[in-house]
Amino acid sequence: MNSALIIIFLFAAIALYLGIRATFGKKMSVDEFAVGNKGFGTLFIFLLIAGEVYTTFTFLGGSGWAYSNGSAAYYVPMYICLAYVLSYWVIPKVWIFAKKNNVISQPQYFMKSYNSKGLGIVVAFIGTIALIPYIVIQLKGLGIIVSEASYGAITPTMASTIGAVIVTVYVVISGIHGSAWTAILKDIMILFVIVFLGIYIPYHYFGGIQPMFEAVQAVKPDALTLAPEGYSVSWFISTIVLNAFGFYLLPQTFTVILSAKSPSTLKKNAVTLPLYTILILFAFFIGFSAIVQVPGLQGADGDLSLLRLVTQTFDPWFVGIVGGAGLLTALVPVSVMITSGAIGLMTGFYKLIKPNSTDRQQLTVSKVFVVLIILTAYIFVLKGGNALAILNIMSYGLITQLVPAMAFNFFNSKYMNKFGAMAGILTGVFIVLFNAVTSFKLVNIFPNIPSVINDINIGFVAILVNIAVGVIVSLLTNSIVRKQNQSNMPDEVINY
Amino acid sequence: RYFQLLLIVPFLMANRVEPYVLGLPFLLFWIVLWMVLSSFILFIVYKLDPENEGSETE
Repeated sequence: MNSALIIIFLFAAIALYLGIRATFGKKMSVDEFAVGNKGFGTLFIFLLIAGEVYTTFTFLGGSGWAYSNGSAAYYVPMYICLAYVLSYWVIPKVWIFAKKNNVISQPQYFMKSYNSKGLGIVVAFIGTIALIPYIVIQLKGLGIIVSEASYGAITPTMASTIGAVIVTVYVVISGIHGSAWTAILKDIMILFVIVFLGIYIPYHYFGGIQPMFEAVQAVKPDALTLAPEGYSVSWFISTIVLNAFGFYLLPQTFTVILSAKSPSTLKKNAVTLPLYTILILFAFFIGFSAIVQVPGLQGADGDLSLLRLVTQTFDPWFVGIVGGAGLLTALVPVSVMITSGAIGLMTGFYKLIKPNSTDRQQLTVSKVFVVLIILTAYIFVLKGGNALAILNIMSYGLITQLVPAMAFNFFNSKYMNKFGAMAGILTGVFIVLFNAVTSFKLVNIFPNIPSVINDINIGFVAILVNIAVGVIVSLLTNSIVRKQNQSNMPDEVINY
Repeated sequence: RYFQLLLIVPFLMANRVEPYVLGLPFLLFWIVLWMVLSSFILFIVYKLDPENEGSETE
């Protein structure tokens, strides 16, 4: 057993201990399990939201994108930054509505906003479909990191299995509390590893940051600017705006919002998190260094650029620390994802079938859903093929289709009722699905369209159609909604 | 204390390599500046937000 492997196992054991210990002294209820009884302060919310940013993507995808696509990778920190700016306006409103109406999941939020159980089911379904690829990516990423960092002593499948078991055990025992406690260790580790590598590697190989970029400019000059077509300026702008709107609608991030103890907690985090996100740039420095130092990695192998450079540069004990940090970057986001997914399914489906179920029954069902979600993701890890790649491409596009329904709801507008919201969401989802399967672009309809318009993210187009359909259907069905509300009084909902 | 309208600025907000600034290609420097400015605007808005008064002890 090499020293790298021992260190990785040590990190796995500490994560498991912290995850289980998190629930000591707490009486577990559904509220406590799902959203920490809405009691998390600024630090835990900071760590949990940052935890959704610093995932295995930072290790593999961040450096891999810089390696394969150059400056197009900058879209990641930029859309996250704009999401925080947007969150200052939007998220406190969501929190206040959730607090007043005792909402603990995303499907429940939409269900109560529009007084529509059908809309809750649609949102629960879309949320789960969007979540599974994320969980699979994290588990696969975990497998790759641990396998590479252990010099192949553990296979990727074995590493993914160990990770899935650890995360399932501590989520079933501690719920979101387990995520919060392991997030502390994870963020300390990721900060140290990414910043250290991002500075050390350019200085070690090139003598500094600017000499590193000059070396990249010499061998791959296109890497340092956005391309004229494809990953172009219009692609960049449409993608960062679209993803900024979608960021807080991902079920796992939405759950973190609901676990805050006050709107002020969320606002404080909105101020500090953009600066924290800048640290992703250090992962890009490693990817850019690898363009010169580890040339020739093709396609998905570009994601291995960081690990190849690390194993080439450092002793096994340090590679073990990098592997341990990589393990933690998978465990924390996966734990939040399966918690939010399970609560979403419980409130979106089980509570509709059994509205009078006890808190204990709901907690048990939530834990069963935790196991079912991780098992589904694990099957995709073992068997995943093109279906998963398609799901991954469209998961952000899918979740952003909830944006119009949420935005109109803030204004209690006659332009969006439950029928319009559902019709708009389903139309938008169909466009995203169609695009993911056929790689459809605007140029297929308008052959002479300039590339600046053709490069616009198709999710953006889907949202515009979503709004148009939603408004038309709402205006046509407002009288039906009024009659329904008069004949059977809706559940009492306290608005903004 | 409409200052929240400042939050539009990051959305309203370079695609070249040179000049290098602080050792970074110009596009990357611009992205960093964009993020720092966003954070600064958020800080100003937070400080001027009347709803946050009294929450400092949280």
